[in-house]
Amino acid sequence: MSAETIETLDAGGSLRSEMRRARRRRTLMFVRELSMHPSFLIGATILFVLTAIALLAPWVAPYDPNKSNYSDILMGPTERFWFGTDGFGRDILSRVIYGLRVSLAIGLIVAMLTGILGTILGTLASYVRWLDGLLMRVLDGLMAFPGVLLAIALASALGPSELTVIIALTVTYTPRTARVVRAAVLVAQGMQYVEAARAVGAGHGRIIFRYILANALSPLIVQLTFVFAVSIIAEAIMSFLGVGPPPPAASLGNIIADGRTYIQEAWWVAVFPGIVIAVAVLGLNLMGDGLRDIIDPRHRSER
Amino acid sequence: MLLFLARRLLSAIPVLFVVSLMTFFIMWLVPGDVSAEIGGTDATPEQIQQIREQLGIDRPLIERAINWYGDLLQGDLGYSYLLNRSVVDAVLERIPVTLSLAGLSLLLTTIMGTLLGVLAAVRHNSWLDQGSMVAALIGLSIPDFWFGLVLIILFGVTLGWLPTGGFVPFTEDFWGWVRCMTLPALTLAFTQMGVIARMSRSAMLDVLDQDFIRTARAKGMSRGVVVFKHALRNALVPIVTVVGVTAGVLLSGAVVIESVFSLPGVGRLIVGSIQRRDFPVIQGGLLVTASIFVFVNIVVDMLYGLIDPRVRDER
Repeated sequence: MSAETIETLDAGGSLRSEMRRARRRRTLMFVRELSMHPSFLIGATILFVLTAIALLAPWVAPYDPNKSNYSDILMGPTERFWFGTDGFGRDILSRVIYGLRVSLAIGLIVAMLTGILGTILGTLASYVRWLDGLLMRVLDGLMAFPGVLLAIALASALGPSELTVIIALTVTYTPRTARVVRAAVLVAQGMQYVEAARAVGAGHGRIIFRYILANALSPLIVQLTFVFAVSIIAEAIMSFLGVGPPPPAASLGNIIADGRTYIQEAWWVAVFPGIVIAVAVLGLNLMGDGLRDIIDPRHRSER
Repeated sequence: MLLFLARRLLSAIPVLFVVSLMTFFIMWLVPGDVSAEIGGTDATPEQIQQIREQLGIDRPLIERAINWYGDLLQGDLGYSYLLNRSVVDAVLERIPVTLSLAGLSLLLTTIMGTLLGVLAAVRHNSWLDQGSMVAALIGLSIPDFWFGLVLIILFGVTLGWLPTGGFVPFTEDFWGWVRCMTLPALTLAFTQMGVIARMSRSAMLDVLDQDFIRTARAKGMSRGVVVFKHALRNALVPIVTVVGVTAGVLLSGAVVIESVFSLPGVGRLIVGSIQRRDFPVIQGGLLVTASIFVFVNIVVDMLYGLIDPRVRDER
């Protein structure tokens, strides 16, 4: 007898609809709590505005980001050029807007890929006993490379492009995410309701997806917000060092790298893109802090 | 304690093996052929073939791996394509710069972070608490390499107080060394203190709530003594853990910051070699920094065991 049949045996499926209602109630409560959490709200607003600007780049940007204008070289911030112009007379505000697009897209893709791979590896490690030791050693080895160093080296071997940056950063951040998932799955596996599900004959797939992974979801979401934030900074570092998306395409990191050349006479080239990175990362960090507060009240910052 | 150390050292072996395997495969990932690049555009096919044989690229993968590991176990990381010297020499020469930058900024980060956290906890829910936590969060959100550039613009270019980059060895001119290291160390400290500040704040809040703190205060001990001698000491275990994590982060931060401030460390060597596509040096640099990182983690674990005896007994 499977879990399915037990549920259908229940009179009129009322148990099932009751469960569904309870789940909906919980989701609603979660959303309500989120919408009242100050730091989550501020963070979400920041991210929403930046995403809107990035998506609407062709309409929002005042100039073509790659059009050089040799009569306006290295102009300071004015009413015409809010963020000034660079050594080719290109409008920095427009370049920053297009660069933001690249940064947010790469951050989001890396966070999603990391989430998928981290979930698969983390679940495998905790569910398949003999794989655990091997997988964890490999992930420990990957984590032994400090920070973005592994990503920089990988990108240098594969050649600079957006895809390389995504691959390199995913390889770098997946191990940490897999660890988070593994820890959550291990806790869930010891729970009585999982044992109960197994006792009534639920299959592996059903147990993993419906009972165990549901438990790993919240820590995973918090982790992915931080991966998103860190990826934006990491992408900027990689572009700054010349292993990111190649110029002339604007990316926040390579505008700062350009700005380094003019550091003596034109501070604005390097300064503005960095502020935008900091604001985007701040927004994500605020969101992550808020999510963590609500999911895990022990972390609550205002006690 | 000794058993704990031995077990910890043993567990580092598989990690280091994976690290070396990864560094080997990064080389293998390189598309195309490095030998054409070394030979230059006007190299004849024979010359290129000769370079290939010299580098051993024409051999099968397994044979290359065996050779590489054989050399590695003898402490030979290969020969730089372009620097005309062995990789070990090139890396070893630059390690002191990276380690001194990481060490100095770890000291600054720990002091700044702990003070900020303790201050926030002692004046819980005041503007000082809020202010220091906002500062910590902003520090965490700022890209460190960019903050370095901003400091250069402010203190190097506009005010002219400190050099905009470059390096003077410690042994030659101590004050010159301090002047060169101030901005890079401050850059790293400001962007990393947030983690330590948050952790020490929450650890201190937990401890300050406890009965023995009230007893100490009731006995008439001064606030300063209670906070720093009784409370901070008990809050130390979680703080040391984050300091340990931070040590690793600072090591990788130092690698990037070196390029911003033109400091001749391992990081700048690796980045420069990436631009020159000098793969043996990239491999060697990666391998050495990752090994230092693993070693730092072991040291942190040991410290952890020293502070809290329960840790070493458990494992």
